[in-house]
Amino acid sequence: MRSLDDRAHEAKDKKAAIGPDVDLDAYSLESPTHVDVKNLNLMPEADKEKMAFAGLDISEKERSGTYIQKDAFAIHSGSYQDGLEIIPIRKALKEMDWIQEYYWKLASVDTDKYTAQARLDLQNGYVIRALPGKKITLPAQACLYLDKEGFNQNVHNIIIAEEDSELHIISGCASASHVTRGLHVGISEFYVKKNAKLSFSMIHHWAEDVVVRPRSVGIVEKGGLFLSNYISMKPVKSVQSYPTIYLVGKGAVARSYSLLVGSPGSELDVGGRIYLRAKDTRAEIVSRAITNGGNIISRGDIVAEVPGVRGHLECHGLILNGGVMHAIPELKGMVDGVELSHEAAVGKIAQEEILYLMSRGLTEEEATATIVRGFLSVDIPDLPAPLKAEIDRAVDLSQKEVM
Amino acid sequence: MLLIEDLQVKLGNKKILKHLDLEILPGETHILFGPNGSGKTSLLMTIMGYPQYKVTGGKITFKGEDITHMTIDDRARLGIGMSYQRPPSIQGLKTRRIIEACSRDGVDVDALAKQMNFTDFLDRDINVGFSGGEIKRSELLQLMAQDADLALFDEPESGVDLENISLIGNTINALLQRDSGEQPCSAARQCEPAGPCKAVKSCEPTKSSKGETPFKTAGQPGMTRTKIGLIITHTGFILDYVTADKGLVLYNGVIAGKGHPAEIFKQIRKVGYKECARCAA
Ligand SMILES: Nc1ncnc2c1ncn2[C@@H]1O[C@H](COP(=O)(O)OP(=O)(O)OP(=O)(O)O)[C@@H](O)[C@H]1O
Ligand SMILES: [Mg+2]
Repeated sequence: MRSLDDRAHEAKDKKAAIGPDVDLDAYSLESPTHVDVKNLNLMPEADKEKMAFAGLDISEKERSGTYIQKDAFAIHSGSYQDGLEIIPIRKALKEMDWIQEYYWKLASVDTDKYTAQARLDLQNGYVIRALPGKKITLPAQACLYLDKEGFNQNVHNIIIAEEDSELHIISGCASASHVTRGLHVGISEFYVKKNAKLSFSMIHHWAEDVVVRPRSVGIVEKGGLFLSNYISMKPVKSVQSYPTIYLVGKGAVARSYSLLVGSPGSELDVGGRIYLRAKDTRAEIVSRAITNGGNIISRGDIVAEVPGVRGHLECHGLILNGGVMHAIPELKGMVDGVELSHEAAVGKIAQEEILYLMSRGLTEEEATATIVRGFLSVDIPDLPAPLKAEIDRAVDLSQKEVM
Repeated sequence: MLLIEDLQVKLGNKKILKHLDLEILPGETHILFGPNGSGKTSLLMTIMGYPQYKVTGGKITFKGEDITHMTIDDRARLGIGMSYQRPPSIQGLKTRRIIEACSRDGVDVDALAKQMNFTDFLDRDINVGFSGGEIKRSELLQLMAQDADLALFDEPESGVDLENISLIGNTINALLQRDSGEQPCSAARQCEPAGPCKAVKSCEPTKSSKGETPFKTAGQPGMTRTKIGLIITHTGFILDYVTADKGLVLYNGVIAGKGHPAEIFKQIRKVGYKECARCAA
């Protein structure tokens, strides 16, 4: 059997199935050395501010643990709660045997040249694990930070919610204010075991010329719940992401929510695919996308492979100031007795709504911003209050900056 | 004061209002009657400033300013507010947010909502799934936060149950500064709770020669009533609560009849809009 490295080598030039191709040679893999930071408060103000945009709580008051990576270096990693493990993946690969049961077990190294490169040039990434039966109600936080101009960051994350555990993660990605260009490749593998509950909220806060290629795969066992949220509102050159989730145990549930804003020059090709492979599994994919002159492709795909499963897709797009919005909802039922539905709408803000608010004394701009803010408020069930607040905050901040 | 002179309005290609004249003095409230489709909502929307109602002639003056071509938000800031017949639903916009936005000086939303029996709705999306009666209460709540000087009410009582109707009526009175002490016009006092109005006193305001003297609100010595109201009604229920000064019949695009509100309402019930417009003119 060919080794993973062999397969990765062979896939080194393999273009991705979708999304604009990226010339990897145009970016540098050389990271400057960044030293460990014990006290997050001592980080440069500019870094703290950017990381806060991506949901990082510097005070760590409302957090159960933190991982921060700057370019290729893990500069902070620690858990403050019993039953929660946060380990840089390089350390885990060196010191923990069990990691081999998870490392590249869901994602394939030869998916495309990004997975291949993440295999061959792994820099770092995090392993976050909730031990069996442990309910970690305060969110754990992670931030992947791009500090060097033109850097190609390759990270690999593994997230494990062991049986009967509960784990909430807020994972932010941001670039320093002096960075205009960069490439972020992120492999994430999610394991939600029997009756476990995992929520994962990813907030992107990149710069105008940054290219992002996440590759995520998750698996949910019997009675498990996987809630995945993605927020990208800041201008970015290109994001192409199509995470896949497999529901393999009876009654497993996956729900995915995305909030996207496409600014001029931005190209977002974002979606999600969920396979319903066991009885009574349920899937929901919800996206709210606004283009302000950018190009957005919003995908969603639910595949029902066994009877007695349900899935719903909801894809709403607003065109505010030019730009293109392409909603591609797909449903595939492969047997009798499945219930799949979708709802897609692309349009503009109804004039009637703007006038209604203007008749209450708001200017046209205020009315528009108020309606847009409403459009981006989706109620996400099962999300703990601090995370809800964090998402609201991220949306508020970005909206102010972008609109 | 609101003054409308020779107003002509088109909606699409249809002439809705033709040479309409109307004057409401400070402190006065008028009731607007008219058959379905006669243009009552259109008149209110035109006063509010909705651009689809094209003013093709005439003039609207409010507080001495020509507002005929003023934008809708400028009119709101000048003190015009409206309670809608069918307001739009806005997904994701919490009722609390819109009430806050209505008030320029900040307002205690919770206290206001409590008054209107509306606390449970503050965290719901505005108008989404609201029942007919709930919409009315939400609209009034917004007007209260806005504290408009000219309040336009489009069928504020239609679809409201018997218990909430007094709440609506009292709220409108409060909005129009008609809630304290003795009312200058006593029509409502002569109504049996569930029956039609009997005898009614004329209640023309006492005007100076220029017709500009506003009412004094009894019970609040020295306080001068200035708020202006224009209320559309079909059912007439609102007359049991709000002691209006004048009734108007909109017919064929003009104010075809004028008179005491309860009297006009009685006539409409008896002989219909068309006859009533003719006899009261
Ligand atoms: N977009 C439009 N184009 C042409 N005519 C319209 C349009 N919208 C409404 N109308 C018509 O304008 C007329 C006036 O409507 P309006 O809503 O002002 O009536 P109303 O007096 O408020 O009626 P109701 O008592 O039923 O509420 C109606 O005949 C209506 O059908
Ligand atoms: Mg009407």
